[in-house]
Amino acid sequence: MQLKTFAISALAATLVAGCATQQPAEEKAAAPAKAAAKAPAKPKPKPKVISGASGTMLASTCEGCHGTDGNSNGPATPTIAGMSEDYLIEAMEEFRDGDTKSTIMGRIAKGYTDGEIEAMSAYYAEVSYVGAAQSSDAATVAKGEKLHSKYCEKCHHDGGSDASDDSGILAGQWTPYLHYTLQDFASGDRAISRKMKKKMDQLVAAEGQAGLDAIITYYGSQN
Amino acid sequence: MSNKKQFNRRDFLKVSGGTVGAAAAGFTFYTPSASAAKGRVVVVGGGMGGATAARYIKKADPAIDVTLVEANATYHTCFMSNFVITGHRELDYLAHGYAGLAAEGINIVNDTVIGIDDNAVKTRGGQTLPFDRCVVSPGVSFKFAEGHNEDVANTSITHAWKAGKQTQLLRNQLEAMKDGGTVVIGAPRNPFRCPPGPYERTSLIAGYLKKHKPKSKIIVLDPKDKFSKFGLFMEGWKTHYGYGTDDSLITWVKAAEGGAIEEVDAASMTVSAEIEEFQGDVINIIPDQKAGALAFSAGLVDDSGWAPVDLKSFESTIRPNIHVIGDASQAKGMPKSGYAASSEAKVCADAVVSAINGTAQGVPAYVNTCYSVISFEPKDGISVAAIYKLREDGSKIQKMSGGLTPSGDKRNAANRAREVDYALSWYENISSNTFAD
Repeated sequence: MQLKTFAISALAATLVAGCATQQPAEEKAAAPAKAAAKAPAKPKPKPKVISGASGTMLASTCEGCHGTDGNSNGPATPTIAGMSEDYLIEAMEEFRDGDTKSTIMGRIAKGYTDGEIEAMSAYYAEVSYVGAAQSSDAATVAKGEKLHSKYCEKCHHDGGSDASDDSGILAGQWTPYLHYTLQDFASGDRAISRKMKKKMDQLVAAEGQAGLDAIITYYGSQN
Repeated sequence: MSNKKQFNRRDFLKVSGGTVGAAAAGFTFYTPSASAAKGRVVVVGGGMGGATAARYIKKADPAIDVTLVEANATYHTCFMSNFVITGHRELDYLAHGYAGLAAEGINIVNDTVIGIDDNAVKTRGGQTLPFDRCVVSPGVSFKFAEGHNEDVANTSITHAWKAGKQTQLLRNQLEAMKDGGTVVIGAPRNPFRCPPGPYERTSLIAGYLKKHKPKSKIIVLDPKDKFSKFGLFMEGWKTHYGYGTDDSLITWVKAAEGGAIEEVDAASMTVSAEIEEFQGDVINIIPDQKAGALAFSAGLVDDSGWAPVDLKSFESTIRPNIHVIGDASQAKGMPKSGYAASSEAKVCADAVVSAINGTAQGVPAYVNTCYSVISFEPKDGISVAAIYKLREDGSKIQKMSGGLTPSGDKRNAANRAREVDYALSWYENISSNTFAD
């Protein structure tokens, strides 16, 4: 993977983000209101900044949290390597626009232009996905596999391992991350398609939380 | 996904494990290659900045000969060391070696640097390591208060601001302290490594005392009137530790109330602040800071005590071909954090690789993310993040977005619990991203 990744890096380096003009958010946007009340706000000229970093450069800044080459070692944080470009762009846009509620990603995503999101997504779409090694109970995995086939396989092809379905790779993702994500879909904190909502409701009605847990265990085991 | 697991990084390390061990065992006997390499880079300092720079230079251009010089065989991360002080983790949790970087083709030299010439690094062990470009990441050194020094810190009044033995000593002191004891914590003046660190330390020690020694107190002596994540810590101290009530576990003595420390007396375990004297059963003083000693001896600092650099390449504005990253540098606009050091290292790596290849450096991108845990029981984690771009005039690394975990009416307990999990995952990723372990 090392050599392959180097080659990819060189290629991705040529995918340069669009040079859209961008202004920083007001430096003291969160300053207390009373400070603003004290002195009449002087319109400060916003400093001009240099945009247009390459996909490789932008992606390198994600790796401290999402792991080297986007393959996460931390169980609460997803692996973002090898996802489809469209999936990654959509995920970032949803964080940025607040359609997906988050702790930290929304704050981060707001810092990027469309062009930059496209460049980093193109980079990660080309990197090899490495599933996490997690232990799992065989009986639960078998149950999860059945439930996956019944409720999820239509959109999450090949056991949730196919990036080209634009649904994100689930096979080999960290199970704590998958738990959080399903919670967010269920609560509406993450935008959910009508079709997925229907399937999830059916699954929970038939199998309860244990059904969701089994599916998560199944995905986690498929590294 | 048909090509799944064609090559797994963990398998790669497993397979090459034998070689890794051999390289690690023999790493002091490295001989610089004469002419095969395209160019030579010597990185001095194997912490967050240096290790990341070495790794990303090699990753971008394997033909460059990269040598990392570090005095210690094991590095303990400063971040997360508060978890060790309060017993939530053991010291080993913080430990990282250099075998992973050696396996990626980086020459590891376990030696102390005694000088940096214009084109070679000299070590105490007698080695001369020639370079085309040098990257220096020497961290911080301390401006101790009267009566405080490294010997005192190693034996009684710790700083524990470089993780390792003092982290463990402070842990042991807290464990040995009687219920009803007083812990005195001294915070430093700006700027310093890890701005929220002293206050996370205060929070977690309060959590430890609340659970194990509830009659005890913490006094924080501070030469400032405000600090990083201020509102979030104040809210957290009120929520978990009774701050602002008569029963508060924490007393914060700010600058305006005489919080600045003037003298420390280890024999009587007394700290003299501007107005009052404070006695502690356990005393931890985090001194004011300046660039690491090597930055001074190599002539890389200005009157501020920190190293001025070009904010795009991190090349010293004092000495050409030598780059300074991490806490020691004046990365105007970015905090002195581990993540910032890592981010600066990646930008610097691009500059170094471009310089050696004679190409133009790309547009830089900088990020900081920083978690603090206010409480483990219940889980209450907070964060600050920032995305930066370089100003056109090169004068500052400009924050574009980011900010703090919501507080007050927007406080979300479930998200606070998640942020603790994210902090722990952050640790796994930032450390393996740096040390390839």
